[in-house]
Amino acid sequence: MKELVVISGKGGTGKTTLVGSFAALTGRSVLADCDVDAPDLHLLLHPTVQAQEEFAGGAEAVIDRERCTGCGRCRAACRFEAITPGFTVERINCEGCGACRVVCPADAVELRERVAGDWFRGETAYGPMVYARLRPTEENSGKLVALVRKEARAWAEREQIDLLLTDGPPGIGCPVIASLGHADLALVVTEPTPAGVHDLERALQLCRHFGVPALVCVNKFDLNPALDEQVRQYCARQQIAVTTSIPFDDAVPQAIGQGVPLTELDGGPASRAVAALWQEVQAALGRAGGEPGT
Amino acid sequence: MSVLSSPRRIAVASGKGGTGKTTVAVGLALVGGRCQLLDCDVEEPNAHLFLQPAIAETEAVTTPVPTVDQERCNRCGRCAAACQFHALAVMGRQVLVFPELCHGCGACALACPEAAIREAPRQVGVVERGRAGQVAFVQGRLNVGEPMATPVIRAVKAHLDPRQLAFIDTAPGTACPVVEAVKGSDLCLLVTEPTPFGLADLRLAVEVMEMLAVPCGVVINRAGPGDRATEEFCRSKGVPLLGRIPFDRRIAEAYARGIHPTRALPEVGRRLAEILYRALGGPGGVR
Repeated sequence: MKELVVISGKGGTGKTTLVGSFAALTGRSVLADCDVDAPDLHLLLHPTVQAQEEFAGGAEAVIDRERCTGCGRCRAACRFEAITPGFTVERINCEGCGACRVVCPADAVELRERVAGDWFRGETAYGPMVYARLRPTEENSGKLVALVRKEARAWAEREQIDLLLTDGPPGIGCPVIASLGHADLALVVTEPTPAGVHDLERALQLCRHFGVPALVCVNKFDLNPALDEQVRQYCARQQIAVTTSIPFDDAVPQAIGQGVPLTELDGGPASRAVAALWQEVQAALGRAGGEPGT
Repeated sequence: MSVLSSPRRIAVASGKGGTGKTTVAVGLALVGGRCQLLDCDVEEPNAHLFLQPAIAETEAVTTPVPTVDQERCNRCGRCAAACQFHALAVMGRQVLVFPELCHGCGACALACPEAAIREAPRQVGVVERGRAGQVAFVQGRLNVGEPMATPVIRAVKAHLDPRQLAFIDTAPGTACPVVEAVKGSDLCLLVTEPTPFGLADLRLAVEVMEMLAVPCGVVINRAGPGDRATEEFCRSKGVPLLGRIPFDRRIAEAYARGIHPTRALPEVGRRLAEILYRALGGPGGVR
């Protein structure tokens, strides 16, 4: 089985539009939405949910008021300002580290498992899909991402589907690291803006750091063709292949508005470019049917 | 700003990425007179690209990581048992430390009966400070490969000046980096776009602000015919819609050239000034 993960560094460059279109173009694959903060792929692929489970991510401290003597050692030990002067725990600040429990002489602190999210298994027109939602303000998105990928992989093996398409989160922190590790290929989507290029460089460094081969795609390239060319030159120096670029096209927000993959909406310029670059991505993944990238 | 009754701390966030947080945060700073701009999107800090500040000072951000004195250590394993993040493990005659997993909480050192654990600083990023015109600028930058952004965000916020109007640019999402950046703000502007993606993620962002008890207002970027669903959502939640920036390809092209849209289209500056006025409590605004 091959896993393609789509990341970007900068948000809003078109990750989900690409993954949704790839799913439609390939017909059958397993989909994993690893943007567990703000999952959107389901808004294009409309899975029928078959199972929903809670995700226990880490711990939280709870102070037993009966036992608490008010000595204050927990407050002194806590580095996250999670313990109030009245010795209750501010849930949002609690890191779940248990330093308070270590120092409590009255054995008044308990570490409880904390439900930090929910994850879903569903069936789409283009194959099974696993996605999740971190509950607002919770931590441990990296662990939830790892769970989504593990479940998606297991499903692919059960159903003998040889392609896993993973929609990654923006940024370069823990959920991105959890999305990237051991993937066969990372498609890094950028836009020809100073922010897009700045973030691309950091996302590519991250791929290198974790030893994942990268392929770069420039979306909305005609907003600034000079910067598109600069990305190509930068990637050439780094010996990273660049796919066909995607033009700015009103069909993209229209497809999102209608809740369909771009390539199902029309055969316009962006849609045609995505179809072409899907061939290049497949070739880079070493799958039959693709042409090598430029 | 003369409309200011007291200094305000205004965060700019969004569930979805790429909706225009940085455009709004930098734009507000440009129309906000003497103020601070803090870029707390430390994974991908971009505000500097538009503000072009002269960076005068750089400081390292470190987190404390345990080092084990193997002479004193009796391998009792209490440190590893205390660590909730699996950052320590007793392997044979040694205690191994995995720094990337460490949250810097100090539980291991507190749990050690032999006082064999010392904590040493480990660099995870930098904070850079400078100035562009009337804007005092601070940004954080997480080292590539480091998973935890929160220590860098805290280090950026340590430079907040309570006497000044301050704008805080945040990372997208709804998890710990956003919470850390927004916490303690007087107001959070949620920047969205009028698509189902934008609206779905706006709903999540509003939930975060409710949990943090931070009042919020909405800015629709790339506004146009599809705004109605967002307007209805704002009404149903009682969240004020503070303004819109219209969809205009010229804005996208200016942004792509690294020119802040307020400099390319005066209209955008006027809209941002209105948004700021409402954010600071003007008519149609917050509270």
